[in-house]
Amino acid sequence: MKLLEMNHIKKAFNGVQVIKDISLSVEKGEILAIIGPSGSGKSTLLRCATMLETIDDGEIQYLGRRAAWVEGGKPVFPKKEERKEIQSYFGLVFQNFNLFPHFSVMKNITDAPLKVQRRGKEEVFEEARRLLKKMGLEDKENAYPYQLSGGQQQRVSIARALMMHPNILFFDEPTSALDPELTGEILKVIKDLAAEHMTMVIVTHEMSFARKVADHIIFMDKGVIAEEGTPEDVFGSKNERIREFLGKLTSER
Amino acid sequence: MSFEVMLRQLLEGFGQTCLIFFLTLVFSLPLGMVVYFGRVCRIKPISWLVKIYISIMRGTPLMLQLLVWYFAPFYLWGMNIGGYKLTAILIGCSLNYAAYFAEIYRSGIESIPKGQYEAAALLGYSRQQTFFKIVLPQVVKIVLPSVTNEVITLVKDTSLVYSLSYVEMFAVAKQIAAAQTTVLPFFIAGVFYYIFNYAVAGVMELFEKRLDYYR
Repeated sequence: MKLLEMNHIKKAFNGVQVIKDISLSVEKGEILAIIGPSGSGKSTLLRCATMLETIDDGEIQYLGRRAAWVEGGKPVFPKKEERKEIQSYFGLVFQNFNLFPHFSVMKNITDAPLKVQRRGKEEVFEEARRLLKKMGLEDKENAYPYQLSGGQQQRVSIARALMMHPNILFFDEPTSALDPELTGEILKVIKDLAAEHMTMVIVTHEMSFARKVADHIIFMDKGVIAEEGTPEDVFGSKNERIREFLGKLTSER
Repeated sequence: MSFEVMLRQLLEGFGQTCLIFFLTLVFSLPLGMVVYFGRVCRIKPISWLVKIYISIMRGTPLMLQLLVWYFAPFYLWGMNIGGYKLTAILIGCSLNYAAYFAEIYRSGIESIPKGQYEAAALLGYSRQQTFFKIVLPQVVKIVLPSVTNEVITLVKDTSLVYSLSYVEMFAVAKQIAAAQTTVLPFFIAGVFYYIFNYAVAGVMELFEKRLDYYR
């Protein structure tokens, strides 16, 4: 079953074509990694998929329901209720966490389930504690974001997204703001989620990680998909741009 | 005139000073929010009008504004302005301070990172929920020092109503000083203003401390 389908997406900022006709789909349980140089449009693509950005052309569908399309040259989102429901299909983990600084860890991850989804208090708190324990944050539920390390903050933000029970979870360079040690913490959490068959789309610069964890890799360059396929396909590609990009990476390490 | 009598008269005037101060705050703090929404309203004519209003309020002396609010109804429509003085004062002060508060609120609201709105949207919060639960509490913390500044200025600005011959502490002090040829009432009034502002600053610091639990 296809959870997400993006067809012929185009997006320009101030006349600069950032995404030029990209199509992709994500199956249930699939892990898609999107890699490529900075400025290639990866994050924009993710922002379009999560309805934070409008599209100039094309169509986005979640579970066969239209989430964004274009009518008469104008971007269209569904009506309020429909849009809300579609939004509940996915979650997003940001590069710089975007936790709510005035909420404790517990409130950060339970407020939306309680106030938006209107779930029962007991059930929500029980799940929150279970999730915090899994993330190694069981002693942090009363802490505030500023008291946590970057890695801990990112784990809270992953927990916050998971609490909403999304069908598909997006990661926008989840480790780019973290040092190598903390990066490892986050990658382990994502690996654990992969083992539970969580459907994920991950924009990342962690090549070895993408190679290990992803089922499918998309290499983006200058707003187009330059190469895609299994990790073996992409990392073994003869495409010169990819060789160059990956070569630089390995020579730097 | 004995010191005691002088003190009692000044205290009575101080009561009026406090009345103007508190009522102006009660009206202008929420009104500032309304003005802010007008300022950023997507309907252009509204935001233009509000911009002009803010510009006038900030660009002309409060004393002049008070005189206009008080005397304009009489000169323009021949209205009997007998019992209207306090109303005119409250309208003038509240509208003036609301303009300043609106700009303070705007600076606070605009300093909230875009990511906070995006995170809230992704979690399904409605626009109202996002504003009242996520944005506003953070704005309060950010604007508190600037608001404190304005509030302290307001304590001192209450003395401007003496231009309408409204009897509050400053007017009383001036009267006594002239009648008794002594500088003492000015000195006492100064002490009152200072103590009042010292208390205001203390209370505001308390609010700031209460919001210290996060950064």
